[in-house]
Amino acid sequence: MAEEAKEQIVAPLVTRVPIKTKEELDTLLADRQGRGYYKELDAFPVDTEALKKTLEATFKSRLKTWLKICAHCGMCADACHFYIANDNDPEQVPSYKIQSTLGELVKKKGNVDNAFMQYCMDTAWGKCTCCNRCGMYCPHGIDMGAMMSYLRGLCFSQGFVPYELKIGSGMHWVYKAQMDVTVQDFVETCEWMAEEYEDDWPGLNIPVDKENADILYTINAREPKHYPEDIAEAAILFHLTGENWTVPSEGWEETSLVMFAGDWAGCKMQVESVFEAMERLKPKRMVVTECGHAHRATVTEGPYWAGIKSGDTPVPTQHYVEWLLEVLENGKLKLDPSKKIKEPVTLQDPCNYVRNAGLAEVTRKIMPYIAEDFREMAQNREQNFCCSGGGGMNALGRYREQRNIGLRVKRDQILATGAKFVVSACHNCWDALRDLEEEYKIGMKWSFLKPIILKMVIVPDHLKPKAE
Amino acid sequence: MYEFVRGPLALISFAIFFIGIIVRVVWYVKGLDWRLDRVAYLEKADYGIRGALKSIFHWILPLNHTTANHPIFMGATYLFHICLLTAPLLLVAHVMLIEESWGISWPTIPDTIADYMTLAVIAAGGFLFARRLVLPYVKILTTGSDFLVLFIALAPFITGFIAYHQLMGYKFWLIVHILCGEIMLIAIPFTKLSHFVLFFCSRAQIGMDYGIKRGGQKGRGVAW
Repeated sequence: MAEEAKEQIVAPLVTRVPIKTKEELDTLLADRQGRGYYKELDAFPVDTEALKKTLEATFKSRLKTWLKICAHCGMCADACHFYIANDNDPEQVPSYKIQSTLGELVKKKGNVDNAFMQYCMDTAWGKCTCCNRCGMYCPHGIDMGAMMSYLRGLCFSQGFVPYELKIGSGMHWVYKAQMDVTVQDFVETCEWMAEEYEDDWPGLNIPVDKENADILYTINAREPKHYPEDIAEAAILFHLTGENWTVPSEGWEETSLVMFAGDWAGCKMQVESVFEAMERLKPKRMVVTECGHAHRATVTEGPYWAGIKSGDTPVPTQHYVEWLLEVLENGKLKLDPSKKIKEPVTLQDPCNYVRNAGLAEVTRKIMPYIAEDFREMAQNREQNFCCSGGGGMNALGRYREQRNIGLRVKRDQILATGAKFVVSACHNCWDALRDLEEEYKIGMKWSFLKPIILKMVIVPDHLKPKAE
Repeated sequence: MYEFVRGPLALISFAIFFIGIIVRVVWYVKGLDWRLDRVAYLEKADYGIRGALKSIFHWILPLNHTTANHPIFMGATYLFHICLLTAPLLLVAHVMLIEESWGISWPTIPDTIADYMTLAVIAAGGFLFARRLVLPYVKILTTGSDFLVLFIALAPFITGFIAYHQLMGYKFWLIVHILCGEIMLIAIPFTKLSHFVLFFCSRAQIGMDYGIKRGGQKGRGVAW
């Protein structure tokens, strides 16, 4: 025991608090695949007193009633893609996943051991993507996704969080972004992209920190880090539509691995960085990139974390698809109908801005502009199944196999449409679809909206490059 | 004995029932927290009320996807609840007792119909009982208290049926029937039977959640 304690002082990979310094973050990153982290977690004690206090302070009406009145009817079972993908395994019934974790935790008033907390962790992150689908089918209106998210918060506060999300949370605290992209990195990427594409798009500019713009555009850190073309594509489309837009040098990160991790203090910190940019630059509105959980974190949940009573963002906010539909409908952006996708196309509805933000019809209205043969999945709009990569699951090595099993439901949905092309205006869905193709090789293509639109766009003469 | 269960005990159980369910609702509403729940209940009350009503409406009537996906179970559940609530409330003998005690009364249904409704409750209850034993996805959720609660809800109907048809000693079964009814009333605020009122609270809350935060303001809200 003494030796264990000594070891923890030397290498405290597991802690009950978020990582807030670059040094700690680097230590954790050096522990490849989290082998040392999970080993340390196996011996990490549960602070039962703290757990009890947190439960007393935060386990109120809504959650209490949900646990109490669950009729154990099982109507949530086949609402869950993990239940279906795992051949109707009873242990995947959403209600069971909650009753056997949070239910027990409450019953025992937080007096639980390490093995139990690991079971909670493996359930909260390995068997649920917090897609909130099951809650829609519950006769009592019990939102098990919301409960699972609450459970994640309890787990995080005890240090029981998957390795990658401990890092993700730390990234937000250190960089105010889910990846190590500094303000300088971001601004330089914007400059680089503007230069890179300027020859093809004369006058292309990515205005940084412009005050009183019509649109403040915010993104996902993966874009500057791994897919800078995405920023260029957004810039080109704003350029073509003549929008008065800007990006903030600070507060550009919309995503929230802190939300996936259940690090509520981190959620507040992150979203406030975006809201500060709004207040600093005073745009008319904000547009969020093609990401689902970014919208959920910053627009849907964010105002509450920031303590805004109305639940509204400081300036009105739209998802990228809302802006896109607007410029298609008002004619600012014109597409060449002969360039529509000829092969059958289907649409992946992201849970976070469809079921959880009501944008189901927006993407559907975009489809006739880009597809000749659009086909719905059997379960669509709010009823759609999660891609299986939501809730942070795409990133978690420990649950990769479970994620891949879950992908089968999406695979079968796509195959049933006969479509070979999947439109996915969400980073998480996009990743899950990429992995789906890699894992199951069904011969499909998938894409964000921006590249599709750019292939079809009619460029006004005055914006075309001057002929040599 | 009859005088006691029909008189003071009835009064006590009605009192516990009414006070109990009121306390349940008050506690529920008091415990709602815009910050913890992340729903602007008061600031966006208009959207909230619309969402709450929509949510309750779609489930009071079988206008939801769950009914479409599981017509047999949901059909049995609707039948169970409709008969369980209306038969005792509109039974001639019950209304007469109320009139005798409190001088108020309301329309009744013929005994034959009440009799069929009673059988429907017992049959649907039997179905709910059986699926707990048979279906793996229900079995794993089921606890002893689920059976107990179902038994508490069914007992007044089984005993009432026996008493009404005078299948066995009438006086004895009448007293047992009244006792079972009283046990059910008392159990409502303290067990899962509290969904008698908390169903509406919970449905209203999730309706407000979707109506205010998750799509309602985009003119959509969830399609239950």
